Amino acid sequence: MSLLPNLSKRLSEYQYKEHRFSCLPMPGEQDVLRVEVSSLEEMPIFVTVTETQILCISYLFSKEEIHSDKTAELNQYMLELNVPMPLTAFAIIDDYYSVFGALSRGSTLDSICDELVTLARNSSDSLQALEEFIK
Amino acid sequence: MNIITKLLTAIRGSAREIGEAVVDTQSMRIFEQEIHDSKENLAEAKSGLTEIVAKKMAAERKLNGLKAEITENEGYAVKALEQEDEALALQVAEKISKLDAKAENLASDLNSYEKNVDILKSQIQEAEKIIAEHERELAMVKTRESVQQATKSVTQTISTNESAIGSARDSLERIKEKQQNEQDQLDAGIQLRKDMDGDDLDKKLKSSGIKTEKHTAESVLARLKKK
Repeated sequence: MSLLPNLSKRLSEYQYKEHRFSCLPMPGEQDVLRVEVSSLEEMPIFVTVTETQILCISYLFSKEEIHSDKTAELNQYMLELNVPMPLTAFAIIDDYYSVFGALSRGSTLDSICDELVTLARNSSDSLQALEEFIK
Repeated sequence: MNIITKLLTAIRGSAREIGEAVVDTQSMRIFEQEIHDSKENLAEAKSGLTEIVAKKMAAERKLNGLKAEITENEGYAVKALEQEDEALALQVAEKISKLDAKAENLASDLNSYEKNVDILKSQIQEAEKIIAEHERELAMVKTRESVQQATKSVTQTISTNESAIGSARDSLERIKEKQQNEQDQLDAGIQLRKDMDGDDLDKKLKSSGIKTEKHTAESVLARLKKK
């Protein structure tokens, strides 16, 4: 899976719609690429490549960080927001609420950039929109 | 139980290794083998189909040939009768009856070929449907597994390097601060523009004589003379 290092290199040299990408490879059991989109640095994106897809994840908050009495309402909102939110879906990964997007492994660099920028923007917007649920 | 239901059951059971909970590695391998075998059978069925179709076409061609031969001989028989050559006509009729029997056999062969083709075709369709369904299930389980591995790596990265994520509150404050900064800069820009526009107007007013300079030598002199 040499796709990820290659992606890291290409992203670092690329500019997409006035955004640049700062990439930090994080080697581990499965390689993860941490990407910061310029002007949206607060919401880093974690990119992994699996057998079938390129997975981009941005973490919103942990379950502990939200008002526990509002969990059901928050979940309901997220389900309702899922479809109208372009290229991004809400998810729970372990103890984290997150947003993610998945792409085909054959995606062009522009499609990947589009996903990364949109995801970072949606992540930042979601965090602000859901502020009332955060402790 | 469909695959989504299986996944949901696994999640409800709070099984961490969901890929394993649904189908363990061993049964996944068996599953893959089954798909592989089905594909081989399918390939065989397809080549069998080609063979039968070829036989069917050959039988059709033969039958058409026989029919033409029958028609031709019937013509001869009629002509022999016209010439009142009963013996010759009978000879031809015998030949025709043999051809008829042959044609009948061939027609029944053809009929069974056609039935076989239909059966094989529907079997192939069914097999293709099952293989596609199995492949979808396998892909889903595999995706689930690899995603789990991927997210595990990501969360490990985050927990070993706490600064990688930070608290939501902090991120939110940073976003707000940045937006405030951007707004401030925008406001400052607007103010600056306004000031510059004001200067421009001032200059224009002065050059047109509508607004006069306050501190000219003449005005100072006039003020002094008044004293």
